[in-house]
Amino acid sequence: MTIDTTPKMTWWNRLSHPGQFVALTRPLVLPLALLTGVLFAVGLWYGLFSSPPEKYMGDTVRIMYVHVPTAWLSQFVYATMAVSALGTLVWRHPMADVSMKAAAPLGAAFTAMALFTGSLWGRPTWGTFWEWDGRMTSTLVLLFIYLGIVALWRAFDDQLRAARVVAVFTLVGAVNIPIIKFSVDWWSTLHQPASVFRADGPTMPGEILTPLFVMFFAFTFLFITLQLAAMHTEVRRRRITTLERRAARGDAR
Amino acid sequence: MNGFWSVLSREIRLSLRGGGEILTLVLFFVIVGAVVPFAVGPDKALLARIAPGIVWIAAFLAMLLGLEKLFGPDRADGTLALYRLADIPLSAVVAAKVIAHWLTAALPLILASPVLALLLAMDATSFWRTVLSLLLGTPALAGFGAIGAAVTVATRRGGLLAPILIAPLSVPVLIFGVGAIAPTGGPDQAQAAILLLAALSLMVVVLSPFAAALAIDWGED
Amino acid sequence: MTEGQVHSPLCLKTFALGVGRGETMLARDIALSVSAGHGLMLRGPNGAGKSTLLLTLAGLLSPLEGSIVLEGHDEDFGPAFHHCGHRNAIRPRLTAVETLEFWRGINGNPALPVAEALERVGLRRLARLDAAYLSAGQQRRLALARLLVSARPVWLLDEPTSALDAEGQKLLAGLIEDHLAAGGIAVIASHDAIALDNLAVFTLETGA
Repeated sequence: MTIDTTPKMTWWNRLSHPGQFVALTRPLVLPLALLTGVLFAVGLWYGLFSSPPEKYMGDTVRIMYVHVPTAWLSQFVYATMAVSALGTLVWRHPMADVSMKAAAPLGAAFTAMALFTGSLWGRPTWGTFWEWDGRMTSTLVLLFIYLGIVALWRAFDDQLRAARVVAVFTLVGAVNIPIIKFSVDWWSTLHQPASVFRADGPTMPGEILTPLFVMFFAFTFLFITLQLAAMHTEVRRRRITTLERRAARGDAR
Repeated sequence: MNGFWSVLSREIRLSLRGGGEILTLVLFFVIVGAVVPFAVGPDKALLARIAPGIVWIAAFLAMLLGLEKLFGPDRADGTLALYRLADIPLSAVVAAKVIAHWLTAALPLILASPVLALLLAMDATSFWRTVLSLLLGTPALAGFGAIGAAVTVATRRGGLLAPILIAPLSVPVLIFGVGAIAPTGGPDQAQAAILLLAALSLMVVVLSPFAAALAIDWGED
Repeated sequence: MTEGQVHSPLCLKTFALGVGRGETMLARDIALSVSAGHGLMLRGPNGAGKSTLLLTLAGLLSPLEGSIVLEGHDEDFGPAFHHCGHRNAIRPRLTAVETLEFWRGINGNPALPVAEALERVGLRRLARLDAAYLSAGQQRRLALARLLVSARPVWLLDEPTSALDAEGQKLLAGLIEDHLAAGGIAVIASHDAIALDNLAVFTLETGA
């Protein structure tokens, strides 16, 4: 019994050609956007109107429906970037660069949002906008890393060269992030224990968990939609740059 | 191995003849440490308490200053191309440079740290702890510095970018470095911080030449 | 590899080579073949890709398409290419001797001793002088001495005559001649004429 790998190869090859990639994934953007919109509508309705206020935190608990998904995305986007970086370095997959570049500002935005909502939430619950607690601090460091990567992308003229250098730095960052997280946790004394997934089961009531999960998927799909759209934009931007250079060289090919 | 020593001795020679580069760096280190009392007031108890942090910040900033010299001039004058065609791997060249960077940018600071200890009213115990933690932690800063310098060497505006990139990565070095001096959680925690610092330095020094060499090779290609 | 193969004829070949920077192709379909003891002059207008071709041959840039083969070279004897570019890689604060010794250290395969190499390029009396005090032509001579202190079979020279006086150009021709006579290969990009008989010429066209 032999397994035919040919279709998989062609699928892979088709994805690795920027034009083909755009052609293949363009039809996905609109349905994904619609799905994201529906999830947001349902999640926000549940979160804002249909779920009860929490026992101790009251209505402020609703910030969590934005805070937790963005905090999750801040790490998920970095994982996406790290996998793309591997794709650039190991397989030299042309779309991996594009995915890496598209993800960096999105990751920075979600991380900033997580910090912003975290500090809004911190004010009524801890009595301060900013607390040097382990999680907020490591999220802040993560934001700095994202912004550094965005700056590094911009510092290069040649995007193909930039891709491989940024990939090296992204992976260095990926190795370091757990160390940073560990060191910051070690350093801080005040931090909340993880409360969504615990060994003894969720401690939150279902009325809060349902909108949380819906919002969690809404934000994840928002990321996927934006990532695809940003990748398409980047492919087009590169094509324009190439055409401009050719035109500047007086070369009509 | 021959090539490794050639790179190391050239780097050290260049720094020693650099028209007082090392002296400038040491002065920067001492001055950064010495201006803090003007900002926070001459309260000796307070100074003694924050002294480890000040010394570490001063060392951190001083080491960032020297980064531009790591690969920038070599790229400008074409030596980097020769390194890529050399008979020794680029990672060995980078390793030699990391060691040279530590010898010329970190060791002088550690030797000058008694001055800061005196100015900041440190007692003998915390001074020796500071020396130990700087000895253990600065190699990691040199290694991260090499990565930062390597990923920015092919860019035009590398100067300020490298510190921005590596400052977040260096957070654990600062945490464990200061933790090793001023234990908030007792001597056990200080012991743990020293061990973690040593482990971190070891890992960064071993891995950074490969990462930096990769970044240089692909950035120039 | 047996010892006999060390002296087997060298041959530098390219197959449908395309060179350029980034995505921009400067020259394509380059088919070169240079065998041991022969030199090749690269000609072509500015921007035709001469320097890029030399960098690609050296392995400092990757080919955009096609391939480069060096037949008859044993990898155990270290890298095969000397690349001498526009930049001399000379630091002002090191003396000529220190600079050469450094190059010899990183390039391996020691050939001529440092003092002899300096003698050969006419810098013996300036050996202990800081490179900062060398003129542009003298710095170029020092850079050429790098080719002598480490043995490598293929020399890739990018505008080697720049800043050299008439005597220096004669010296350069002599160096290349000796290298070729010893069974080496040289690829030279230059707008000047180099006084050597057996140089083939390859012309790169703009926008090819």
